[in-house]
Amino acid sequence: MKSGNWIASVVVGASLVAGAFAASAQEQLIPSMVYRTGPYAPSGTPTADGFHDYITLLNNRDGGLNGVKLKVEECETAYNTERGVECYERLKAMGGTIFSPYSTGITYALIDRAPTDKSVIFSMAYGRASAMVGSIFPWVFNAPVTYWSGASAAIQFFAKEVGGKDKLKGKKIAHVFIDIPYGKEPNPVLQNYADELGFKLELVPVPAPGLEQKSIWLQIRQMRPDFVYLTGWGAMNAVSLKEAAAVNFPREKILGGWYTSQDSDVVGAGPAGKGFRGLTFHSVDRDLEVVKQIKAHVIDKGQASQNGKHLGEVGYMRGVLNAVFTTEALRAAQEKFGNKVMDGEQSRWGFENLNLTEDRLVKLGLKGFIQPIKLSCDNHQGDGKILIIQWEGDKWKTVSDWIAPENQKLMPLYLAGAEQYQREKNIPARSCAKS
Amino acid sequence: MLYRESGQFKTSYSADQAIFTIPQDRVLFLLLMLAAFVGVPFVATDYLYTALIIPSLCMALAALGLNILTGYCGQVSLGTGAFMGVGAVAAWNLAFRIPELNLLVVFIIAGLIAAAVGVIFGLPSLRIKGFYLAVATLAAQFFLPWLFVKVGWFTNYNASGVITVPRLELFGWTIDQPVEKYLFTLGIVSLLALAAKNMVRSNPGRQWMAIRDMDIAAEIIGIRPVIAKLSAFAVSSFYIGVAGALYLFVYLGSAEPDGFNINLSFQALFMIIIGGLGSIMGSFLGAFFILLVPIFLTRGLPLIGLDLSTAAIAHTELMVFGALIVFFLIVEPHGLARLWQLAKEKLRTWPFPY
Amino acid sequence: MAFFLEVLIGGLMAGVMYSLVALGFVLIFKASGVFNFAQGAMVLFAGLFFVGFIGLGVPIWLSVILTLVVMVLLAIAIEWLVLRHLVNQPDIILFMATIGVSFFIDGFGQSIWGSGVSQIDIGIPTDPILLLDGEILLQSFDLWAAVVAGALLIALVLFQKTRIGRALRAVADDHQAAQSVGIPLNVIWIIVWSIAGMVALVAGVMWGSKLGMQPAIVGLALKALPVLILGGFTSVPGAIVGGLIVGAGEKLAEVYIGPFFGGGIENWFAYVLALAFLLIRPQGLFGERIIERV
Repeated sequence: MKSGNWIASVVVGASLVAGAFAASAQEQLIPSMVYRTGPYAPSGTPTADGFHDYITLLNNRDGGLNGVKLKVEECETAYNTERGVECYERLKAMGGTIFSPYSTGITYALIDRAPTDKSVIFSMAYGRASAMVGSIFPWVFNAPVTYWSGASAAIQFFAKEVGGKDKLKGKKIAHVFIDIPYGKEPNPVLQNYADELGFKLELVPVPAPGLEQKSIWLQIRQMRPDFVYLTGWGAMNAVSLKEAAAVNFPREKILGGWYTSQDSDVVGAGPAGKGFRGLTFHSVDRDLEVVKQIKAHVIDKGQASQNGKHLGEVGYMRGVLNAVFTTEALRAAQEKFGNKVMDGEQSRWGFENLNLTEDRLVKLGLKGFIQPIKLSCDNHQGDGKILIIQWEGDKWKTVSDWIAPENQKLMPLYLAGAEQYQREKNIPARSCAKS
Repeated sequence: MLYRESGQFKTSYSADQAIFTIPQDRVLFLLLMLAAFVGVPFVATDYLYTALIIPSLCMALAALGLNILTGYCGQVSLGTGAFMGVGAVAAWNLAFRIPELNLLVVFIIAGLIAAAVGVIFGLPSLRIKGFYLAVATLAAQFFLPWLFVKVGWFTNYNASGVITVPRLELFGWTIDQPVEKYLFTLGIVSLLALAAKNMVRSNPGRQWMAIRDMDIAAEIIGIRPVIAKLSAFAVSSFYIGVAGALYLFVYLGSAEPDGFNINLSFQALFMIIIGGLGSIMGSFLGAFFILLVPIFLTRGLPLIGLDLSTAAIAHTELMVFGALIVFFLIVEPHGLARLWQLAKEKLRTWPFPY
Repeated sequence: MAFFLEVLIGGLMAGVMYSLVALGFVLIFKASGVFNFAQGAMVLFAGLFFVGFIGLGVPIWLSVILTLVVMVLLAIAIEWLVLRHLVNQPDIILFMATIGVSFFIDGFGQSIWGSGVSQIDIGIPTDPILLLDGEILLQSFDLWAAVVAGALLIALVLFQKTRIGRALRAVADDHQAAQSVGIPLNVIWIIVWSIAGMVALVAGVMWGSKLGMQPAIVGLALKALPVLILGGFTSVPGAIVGGLIVGAGEKLAEVYIGPFFGGGIENWFAYVLALAFLLIRPQGLFGERIIERV
């Protein structure tokens, strides 16, 4: 055994690692925390592709953002909190300012670090719901909606199905959720609605990763709920739909959260997915201008991530939306601070003053993709709206108008959650009165 | 030339029993510690602390614990992650419910709790061994995180089950900068490593190794397997528990108990296989090695002209780990630590190998 | 009562699926004393290749053959690169080596075929069947799984009566004695690992049709371990019976005991069952008394 060689190669490896952290000053580094492997890869891959391709589009078509080139740096988290933290630290060291962890677990781990590190945590429609209270979580943004708004939209939709909120009384709604922080997030709001509207809420946890759900669905068959709200993730979703089909539970009665109703979920389920409905916070229109632009400027040039094989899928468009928020926040910041590379503080300012008007959305090629949204110092969620979509066996179809979550009802819950955090951590709240 | 023990005579038993019997080793070790405590803070960046050094130290401590059980006592465990979880959850509850408790006391009690749990799950080792025992420890690996998730008390009924650690304070010293966290971790890990080194050189360690090498023979020469095995489980779990507490308090900051899953167990097992079964230093080498590989693959490969996609890198990482495990088991079952020993032996005769 | 029966039958059927994975373990353990942790990864590997070939437009029958060729090549590679170098090492070293093999082929399969989820459709019906006026619901897919497992069991039992099968059993009984009567050890190992690869293909196709073919299937290896402990490491029928017990046990426990603990107990129930069993009857239900008692 040539021990010398081994030691030498370890040393070389270490020095390579150390030398790899020279971030270029002319480029804005756009961190992209992804999971293209592991049990959640089918959900994570399209999103990662969409994010990557939109940034490439800006670089190819517009030469970056007001002359500042953008550089996507991917880091594989495998949806694992510990690796996510490592990715965050690495991307931060390289000059990243805005982080989208794509995992509620990682988001929770980063929330504490954000203020000291001056990093913006942008958890688009996931993560800690109460982090929308900007006065207590200045560094965390969760536009356009939270899991709590999702639960609210779901209840409104169920109410509409039965013909009014008062009709929900005495009904039974089962929440089937994956037993990790992400899955548990909507529970308080659902419970609140159950108390208010008088329906019976059954909480049915599915142990992660949720490959074995036979007993769950046998129980649901026995329970005979009027609706099932499904908060699944990755591999679990297709299994849920298949098992539901196997026990003859109508898929039309199942409503999935937005991370439960992506293309990979229903494709894996095959015919069992037909009729399944889900929430989304952006439209599923595949003819958007931005899709054509990505096709022309990125895919046809052979620069797309994985050749754009997921182009137009729900997950892909979600990645695009994430990139839109990120870059538009940077653009807003540039308007104030000048067209150069933004640092953490400036990125934060950009997010807080982000205003995506109808005109702006049209200009971005996103007409009708989302509703106009405006963030502010005390509202880091904006008031995003939600659509219901249904899987027709080969494509998603929008089956509702934009539903506005009952934010006035959720606000006390948000505040209570945020204040609890404030107490636990003993941090001061900043005043939002001025801006 | 430089590293030679000829002419050095030991004139007392205590000299013969020292950890480092020759002055060169002592000097080298002192330099190493000096570098770790004084040198590293001068050169390391925040990134290196938070992404590499601190997690490596935490995992090294866990690997050390596992090494006591697997490397020294011969009992395979796939429950390392769960025992780290026990330590972490216990420490969090102690710190949260009794805020006036000193941080060190918190860690010690958390370690003791982990040790107690370890002994309970170690009981099957009295009847079974080998991979049968590995399966038994898997029971702990699946049961304990489930328990932490299900019993709301463990996470103070937090709706999403995420626990967030309070500010770290020790005798009025607020530990929040990466350097401070590093020094704090290094202090604890060094102390425990020293204790482990002495333990495996003295009576308990020898009992464990006797059990490992041949349990019946050990029993015949008067070692009680019950005591030896359970003490190995207890000590090992104590170390792993403290490692888990450090992992949560110093490295992650907040975590879901479910995160202490089987991946951590495998990681720790790989660390000791690659680092060296039955070697204290091997645990450290293995931990640094295992955590360096992914970073090397993502940061290092592009520098030498290989630009793989993120997914390809992740897959390559799995393959590299798999291949390394097989490679080390076949070629050098004593791992990196053995390579270090070989290097030392070569050094003895260098530059005139006759 | 009807619900109890429904859960029981559902559990037994789920258990059959575990048995499919466990069978591969038993084959290898019997012939070489190696506890092959990589069996779960082999299931994924075979499934990925099968789906991958179909995705390339290859007809199903040819995909099966091609995948089998791949699995034989894999067996040869494992024998050459790993097993051959670890002869006479302690069992536990071999066990850890197979963990390494497991990681390797997991990464290898995914780097060829990607980590996406793909649908396998080989024409197994999935409609529910209702019995007793709709009181009890059966899944036709599960029945097919039981048929497949049964066929596999018969094939394996018959195979043991053949010349090669006898050689396998001879090797299993005593390596040295088998070698001295002229049975080539290395060839036998390649054959055994190839057969385990074929069993993995069957398991991969069945699990893939059930869940969609995806990387998460690797985790199944962990579910097969308690099955083995219950059934015994050396018994082919034991793997089936062990699977049935684990399947039925964990489903019944989940439905009837789970609610008291907030659900989700099936993740560890099988292990605790196996642990209890280990203390009482370490060799399993059908296993030979080879376990070393301490």
